[in-house]
Amino acid sequence: MSATETLVATGNQAHSHGPGSPVPLQARNERTTSYDVADFPVPNGREEEWRFTPVKALKALFADEAGTETPKIDAYGPDGVVVESIALDTVKVLTPQDRIAAVAWTHAGAATAVRIPVEAELTEPVHVNVASLGGRGYGHLVIEAGRHSRATVIIDHTGSGEYGANVEIVVGDGAELRVVSIQQGDHESIHIGQHDAVIGRDAKLNHVTVTLGGKIVRLSTNVRYAGPGGDANLLGVLFAESGQHHENRLFVDHEAINCKSNVLYKGVLAGDHARSVWIGDVLIRAAAEGTNTFELNRNLVLTDGARADSVPNLEIETGEIEGAGHASATGRFDDEQLFYLQARGIPEDEARRLVVSGFFNDIIGRIGVPEVSEHLHDVIEQKLARTAELSAAAAKA
Amino acid sequence: MATLEIRDLHVSVDTENGPKEILRGVDLTIAGGQTHAIMGPNGSGKSTLAYSIAGHPKYNVTSGTVTLDGEDVLDMKVDERARAGLFLAMQYPVEVPGVSVSNFLRTAKTAIDGEAPKLRTWVKDVNKALTDLDMDPDFGTRNVNEGFSGGEKKRHEIVQLELLNPKIAILDETDSGLDIDALKIVSTGVNRFAEQGDKGVLLITHYTRILRYIKPDFVHVFVDGKVAEEGGHELADELEANGYERFLKTGAKA
Ligand SMILES: Nc1ncnc2c1ncn2[C@@H]1O[C@H](COP(=O)(O)OP(=O)(O)OP(=O)(O)O)[C@@H](O)[C@H]1O
Ligand SMILES: [Mg+2]
Repeated sequence: MSATETLVATGNQAHSHGPGSPVPLQARNERTTSYDVADFPVPNGREEEWRFTPVKALKALFADEAGTETPKIDAYGPDGVVVESIALDTVKVLTPQDRIAAVAWTHAGAATAVRIPVEAELTEPVHVNVASLGGRGYGHLVIEAGRHSRATVIIDHTGSGEYGANVEIVVGDGAELRVVSIQQGDHESIHIGQHDAVIGRDAKLNHVTVTLGGKIVRLSTNVRYAGPGGDANLLGVLFAESGQHHENRLFVDHEAINCKSNVLYKGVLAGDHARSVWIGDVLIRAAAEGTNTFELNRNLVLTDGARADSVPNLEIETGEIEGAGHASATGRFDDEQLFYLQARGIPEDEARRLVVSGFFNDIIGRIGVPEVSEHLHDVIEQKLARTAELSAAAAKA
Repeated sequence: MATLEIRDLHVSVDTENGPKEILRGVDLTIAGGQTHAIMGPNGSGKSTLAYSIAGHPKYNVTSGTVTLDGEDVLDMKVDERARAGLFLAMQYPVEVPGVSVSNFLRTAKTAIDGEAPKLRTWVKDVNKALTDLDMDPDFGTRNVNEGFSGGEKKRHEIVQLELLNPKIAILDETDSGLDIDALKIVSTGVNRFAEQGDKGVLLITHYTRILRYIKPDFVHVFVDGKVAEEGGHELADELEANGYERFLKTGAKA
């Protein structure tokens, strides 16, 4: 990509932070987490955790009030999977880390639990469809993968309202769970979510966020390990268009020994005021010997007026690790690539599609759920067609 | 047979200090069945000529014409020029991450022919083109030019030349960065293309080395943005013996 790239990678050692790195991660321990809304003042946008977010548009979600609607949550899966409504405080793997998560915790009413039985090996995904109906609503989802189970859970968020939600994910010892969260709300919709996962001994979590729509989508994903040998693969794809703000905040907390984490987030931005934010915090605590972690964020900016912020943040408190690194790069669409493809007869629109699908290619290959990959592919095509139409119209004007 | 005609071509690039003229009136006619060599010192404008014919947006044509069989090339988009039968093997081929060579080649072939190639023969054709250029068929699964060595990139350009089979091929320093074995392999590929009889080749090079394997019908010495002298193979021999000194003294402002 272009010269605006920055690349920072580290070996087995503590390292200095990249440009724009915020407060040290130890401070994360001091950050408020609480079930009580009153413990979080209403943000003004200057706080570290809110400074990138358009907080003015979130006023209603900051209010400590019941929602105006109950979002429609429809969960179903193959035989053996248990779907039930449970009390909010049954699992408590998640503690709200910001005001909206605390509001959602308080006002969700009940939690929807999806339980994968011990040793179950699902051949079909579990679907959880969440539809926001145009008002303001709160959701609470619990996904529990029993010991040595294998399962995929796809959460599909659609609709037009404001949605605040918490998702608690428990991966039992030796289990392999894939959670795909798709955000494709209408253009005016807002979705603020917190996902907390705890990964059991020798267990593996593949957590995928796919953000394709919504005026504001802000997802905070926090992962920790309940025992040694855990593995977290955190993938994210987004395509932000004109006027959309898509924010992903990740925190991987390595406290157990011999655990792995791999973070890969890729975003494409097109159109005026298309905006993405990626915060990637990884903390390797003193006890977490044998940790292996890598995080990477890449953004491709297709048009003027779009902006991607990327803040990787890796902090290492022990020298006894296997490997740790991070990299972050934001590039403009590469005209040389376009020229090369066109010089081989490929029309401009198609060349653009090739470059963008090439950009997403590795991550789409790793999502591992064909129905999601195909859907993603189709939506990206539509968005590129729209981008091409808009720029053709702008060129004429 | 195809004819590419370049008449009084002036080209400039935008710099911080305003436009800078690089081509200062190039005249050149390449007819099907002919191989032309353009030789010139570094910075004389050879790549500028090649890119301008292909339509790179960085280069502004300020006056002159380029036609292919009478059609105005300068009025065509980059991809239209390729579909009209022009091909540029680039001095610095571009990496396209995430796009496999086989996907790229199939997409390009489909665009050039206006229809998708027949699957069975196409796979065979691609494998043959790769093997002919001494490239493992595994290259099909790799991303376009990504992680290719300098020599592999150049061979990949000739693979494309053979598969897309244009009317006129412009080869910009395809010889540079090749060891002697690779040079022979690449030259054999270019000769295979040229020997079809009706194809035109414009071979841009800095060195005479490749002219031992590809015999040009015409040699043009390019200095300071235009053709300074034209002749046959003997001109290349003179450059081999004496270098560009004679032309630089009379032609260029350094
Ligand atoms: N953007 C630019 N700003 C200023 N000068 C430029 C720019 N682009 C090209 N040039 C100049 O134009 C001249 C011609 O460049 P070109 O690449 O065509 O030369 P060349 O004959 O292909 O050289 P080589 O043998 O090194 O490949 C060079 O002096 C180069 O520095
Ligand atoms: Mg050159």
